[in-house]
Amino acid sequence: MSVRAREVAASVTDPEMPMLTLEDLGVLRGVREEADGVVVTITPTYSGCPAMATMRDDLVHRLADAGYAATVEVSLSPAWSSDWITDRGRQALRDHGLSAPGPAPHRAGPVPLTLLPVRRDLACPRCSSTEVELTSEFGATACKALYRCTACAEPFEHVKEI
Amino acid sequence: MSHLTPDPNESAGSAYDGLLEHHEVAGDSSQWAFGTDFEDPLAGVDTTVPADVDPAALAAYCLMLGDDALVMSHRLSEWCSRAPDLEEDIALANTALDLLGQARLLLARAAAADPAVVPVLPEGSPVPAEDALAFFREAGDFRNVRLAEVPNGDFAHTVVRLLLFASVRLALFEQLASSRDPVLSAIAVKGVKELAYHRDYAGRWFLTLAQGTDESRRRLEAALRELWPLYPELLATHSVEQAVAEAGVGVAPDSVASAVEVVLEQVLAVSEVDRPRGQPLAGVRGRTGRDGLHSEALSRMLAEMQVVARAHPTGRW
Repeated sequence: MSVRAREVAASVTDPEMPMLTLEDLGVLRGVREEADGVVVTITPTYSGCPAMATMRDDLVHRLADAGYAATVEVSLSPAWSSDWITDRGRQALRDHGLSAPGPAPHRAGPVPLTLLPVRRDLACPRCSSTEVELTSEFGATACKALYRCTACAEPFEHVKEI
Repeated sequence: MSHLTPDPNESAGSAYDGLLEHHEVAGDSSQWAFGTDFEDPLAGVDTTVPADVDPAALAAYCLMLGDDALVMSHRLSEWCSRAPDLEEDIALANTALDLLGQARLLLARAAAADPAVVPVLPEGSPVPAEDALAFFREAGDFRNVRLAEVPNGDFAHTVVRLLLFASVRLALFEQLASSRDPVLSAIAVKGVKELAYHRDYAGRWFLTLAQGTDESRRRLEAALRELWPLYPELLATHSVEQAVAEAGVGVAPDSVASAVEVVLEQVLAVSEVDRPRGQPLAGVRGRTGRDGLHSEALSRMLAEMQVVARAHPTGRW
């Protein structure tokens, strides 16, 4: 039973990046079956992620449709990292015109101050040119930065490394 | 060209039925709003307070960190649709959202540690504890540093405030990551990643404005002079902070002062801006923001922020 419940939960998509399932985004942390229903554990991408409630509602609805009474719990630790986006998820981002994150920084010691724009090794998801420039470290959702391709002149979004 | 109006009584059903489809989940009305809130941002998280930690002190400490984030978030969100350009508007809104998320978790953690801190609402009120703390406390119950509540000025003012605020908060959270309270530790680990972006953003704009035009530099230096007297309060250690630091669950701000100074000196040096010499803003009989001593500006800000929630203490959103 819980195998199917897990399959259902894993197929629910992110409300803000619907090309990604919650599993591919790496926010689905567990699906366990208890006496009175299924308990799904998710973790926020960012502390203020406004999609959390929608994720919860979508999980509860989809599991209800499949015959499961589900409750959703939050897990704060370990903190979500963009490294948890699966290979399939990265491909889905590219297929939809978004740039996938590079490796998240792993630091020992204090976080260094970075006064110059972050250098990222990335390519335009449309024309594959590496001639891109950062427009802003902040985009339409908390997890994305804004870029512009100087070859094809199209703007695009980059999922940030955290 | 005209369109036929669908007949709601038609046996095949109205063309609009699809809009009203709902799922068979008891009491569910989530189709009416995108992003109806999680009732409890700590749902399922073990909020047991470590046995040798005073729950009241832990709650007071969480209110301090939570109120800093909530008030700063509100000031930043006041920029929505007013920033110099769209990119900065979005950046400030994102920063406000990160801080609001941190505030929710910290206020919820305060309430879970010591329910006595939560204002009592009318019987049957569905307002969760974090909202009761945000919307139903008076200014004198807020424990944020006064830097967070100063009314917005120009963009340079916001850049300076955010640089001071994020530099201190990032240094605090880097230490708080090893808190013995697993909830505070988790909030801090996540917060560090967010605050690193906030500090870099403010630092880059500080440098840009300092090295931009005479006017941008004049405005930056004026903002720095105005806000500098409020900076020492961020690094002063209140007795509550001292107590939780000694218990291994909190961080004493004076212990991160040198780390913050290194960062600020770096920004000032590359920007070729002199360190201001203003005296710290005094408290009143030793009381400052951490004790609930605030400027009139906080009362005005809360009046606007809280008015709708207070008008409908039993409302459902």
